Amino acid sequence: MLNLFFPEKTTVIVGLEIGTAKVAAVVGEVTDSGGVNVIGIGQCPSRGVRKGEVVNSDLAAEDVRNAIVEAEKSADVEIASVYLSVTGGHLTSLNTHGVFTAASDDHEISQPDVTEVLANAKVFNRPSENTVLHAIRQHFTLNGQAAITDPIGMLGGKLELDMHVVHGVTTRLQNPVRVVKGLNLEVEELVFSGLASSLALLDNEQKQMGVLVVDFGAGTTEYVVYADGVIKHTGILAVGGDHVTNDLSFGLRMAPARAGLLKREHGAATIEGAAGQTLTLTSENGFPDRRVNLEHLRRIMVARLDETLQLIDEDIGEKGFHDQLRAGVCLCGGGARIRGIEKLAEEVFDLPATLGRANAVGGLRSATDDPELATAVGLVKYGAIRQKGQRRVGLVGKLKHLAGSLGIF
Amino acid sequence: MTSTETTPTAAPVKKQLTIKVFGVGGCGGNVVAHISHEGFAGAQLIVLNTDSQALAQIPLPYKFNLGLKLNGGLGAGGDPERGRAAAEEDETRLRELCTGVDMVFICAGLGGGTGTGAGPVLARVAKECGALSLAFVTLPFDCEGPKRMRQARQGLEEFKAAADGVICLPNQKVFKLIDENTSVIETFSTTNELLAQGVRGIWQLVTRPGFINLDFADLCAVVRDRHSESSFASAEATGPHRAKEVVEKLMANPLLDGGAALGEADALLVSLMGGPGLTMAEVNRVMEQINRQTDNAHLIMGAAIEEALGDRMTVTLVASRKRSHAADLPKDTELEPVSKLETAPGARGGSDFDLLGAAIATKPVTRTAAAQAEPERVVVAVAETATDVAAPAPVAASRSWRSRKKTKVAHPELRLETVTKGPFEHSEPTLRNGEDLDVPTFVRRGMPMN
Repeated sequence: MLNLFFPEKTTVIVGLEIGTAKVAAVVGEVTDSGGVNVIGIGQCPSRGVRKGEVVNSDLAAEDVRNAIVEAEKSADVEIASVYLSVTGGHLTSLNTHGVFTAASDDHEISQPDVTEVLANAKVFNRPSENTVLHAIRQHFTLNGQAAITDPIGMLGGKLELDMHVVHGVTTRLQNPVRVVKGLNLEVEELVFSGLASSLALLDNEQKQMGVLVVDFGAGTTEYVVYADGVIKHTGILAVGGDHVTNDLSFGLRMAPARAGLLKREHGAATIEGAAGQTLTLTSENGFPDRRVNLEHLRRIMVARLDETLQLIDEDIGEKGFHDQLRAGVCLCGGGARIRGIEKLAEEVFDLPATLGRANAVGGLRSATDDPELATAVGLVKYGAIRQKGQRRVGLVGKLKHLAGSLGIF
Repeated sequence: MTSTETTPTAAPVKKQLTIKVFGVGGCGGNVVAHISHEGFAGAQLIVLNTDSQALAQIPLPYKFNLGLKLNGGLGAGGDPERGRAAAEEDETRLRELCTGVDMVFICAGLGGGTGTGAGPVLARVAKECGALSLAFVTLPFDCEGPKRMRQARQGLEEFKAAADGVICLPNQKVFKLIDENTSVIETFSTTNELLAQGVRGIWQLVTRPGFINLDFADLCAVVRDRHSESSFASAEATGPHRAKEVVEKLMANPLLDGGAALGEADALLVSLMGGPGLTMAEVNRVMEQINRQTDNAHLIMGAAIEEALGDRMTVTLVASRKRSHAADLPKDTELEPVSKLETAPGARGGSDFDLLGAAIATKPVTRTAAAQAEPERVVVAVAETATDVAAPAPVAASRSWRSRKKTKVAHPELRLETVTKGPFEHSEPTLRNGEDLDVPTFVRRGMPMN
């Protein structure tokens, strides 16, 4: 009844990714049941970004505006605020540990204790120019009992907490924010793009079983390790599809634009079936121009992709996560479109590899099926999770809550 | 522990190292004072300064006031030229101090007058006397102004040309080690401590016996005649995962630029020390991780047991790299007018300041006398034997130094192909394990394409 007078506004959440290859804005709505539906997409080729970081803010602002306008049209909403993804080689991650010790063992853990242990875990040695982007709780340990998710109300003298922290250089994190704010848009929150992608792709079961998400972008490659339902490790390599294009352009001696086209048309992550084949390229007028050895093209690509995956493999191997990734490897980003990439990943990681689909959200299939939109879709999901706790805070929510508690409905 | 006092009577049967640590200028004096606080019995500590007041505050027995005639004990006023002139005025005395010494550490803060000007002169003199000269220098904080930084850079170049090895600590990097609330005193104490650690680390490296021994000759192999800039770092860890942690700490050290310094290094000296519980597996693990960071560096390792360390494990690392030739050429022309000034020896009246009387008396008398009688002949011999440079017998000391620089320039390394980084040319390089990932993989892996 009250709903007639205060119609509940569907919450619109916008995810914006200012990527190296493209700027993508995805509009999603949160349904009453708490699910997320994608209702609009806007995309624009990106020109002002290199290796995931803004290098020309004027161009970047123009591209963001185009993408946002397209998304507004497509979803028929007005966009006022966005969740913004950030990436770049300056981001670093680590696991921290916080301890709280009570006076005696029969102490009941209360909220202030948890606050204190959280604060303790956030104290770590980081360069003064860096700020913390994410501090993600992993597990509490209470008097040696591991894997506790909520210790409040339990008895124990020693509360410990493991956290995963992502931090980066403050000024470089602020650059994309300034671009967005220059367009009179609010930035709700900054989200590490690897984290966003993983939210879009993974369901709870995969997170529980342990999975590695590799987001192979144009400028950077992010990876996230989940195990036991929590983020165990994140990493970033400032190497991506642009590097493949540059390698080809250098190795085959041609302009990067042409190398990019060849990569998309004839590229693959395997050299099988390419031996002895040549491609005849045509010039602008349609005449045969020059010949390119397909095997060389593939070998250059495979060398780069193999190396990138090897570096990730080394990193997660060093931390000892190999045995915990029972759900295998999940690939997304533009690099996931390369033919045979999952096979190469299977060889390198020695784990089953799949191309990720945005299973966690519904709505436009063109958005959820596109591996390149995983980050933007994931941002919407992230926004939905963040707002879940806050949704009741609005006036309508308060009234409903009040009414509910008085037993009117 | 090695005694530095060589007996004045006969030549010792077993060669024992004579090491002297010089602190030049205000900062150098503080560092040396810092070293002495911590108790450092292994070497003789000597402080040189142009400022008598600053000198008087240093609580050390061996002090020497440079350029008393020139500056009247009032300091060099931040002018490297005056620092240099002061050192040259007392060059004979410096030569006496360096004669018969195997190794000379020079601590100086660059940017001012004495350290920047007199330091390189001392390094040159030490080298000419046949000692291995290692300079530990600091570059000023950015906030000290561009002029000091410029002077410091020039001083650094001169140090690199004069000393066998230069370990440089840019003070700005210390910011990463301190937090917002660190006081000025603590900050400077940190930089002093870092330099002191460097001196002590290297001293331990060459004097302490180990089960994989590192000796003086190894150190010479790394630094001698490279005229290189070196980075220095040390880390300590305890606990069951100490082998892993210690390397992580080492890589996190801002002085190594997050491990990038290792990738660029062409010579690397690693010294491991642990308590009696140090296992071979741990040594192996540490070395494996360090090896992975470097490709073609000349790597020398040593491991030693130190009872006092107990559960702890320390790793000390010196990475030195050659100057790139591209960067070398313009610098050289830039420096030319400065080094020309060296050729004018000026009045070198023997100073009658005898603070160091005791120190000189303990020297082997014969060598000192020879050096004084025929300084030029000795210089030539040293330059030829110790540096392996086929230069025509140089006449004056400073000339030999310059000609050596020129021969280096005449043999640039050939690069097979210039690799362009395309669109990444102007962006921050992506470094992993010392490799620049922006360079095409197939080029780095040397895959043939034909």
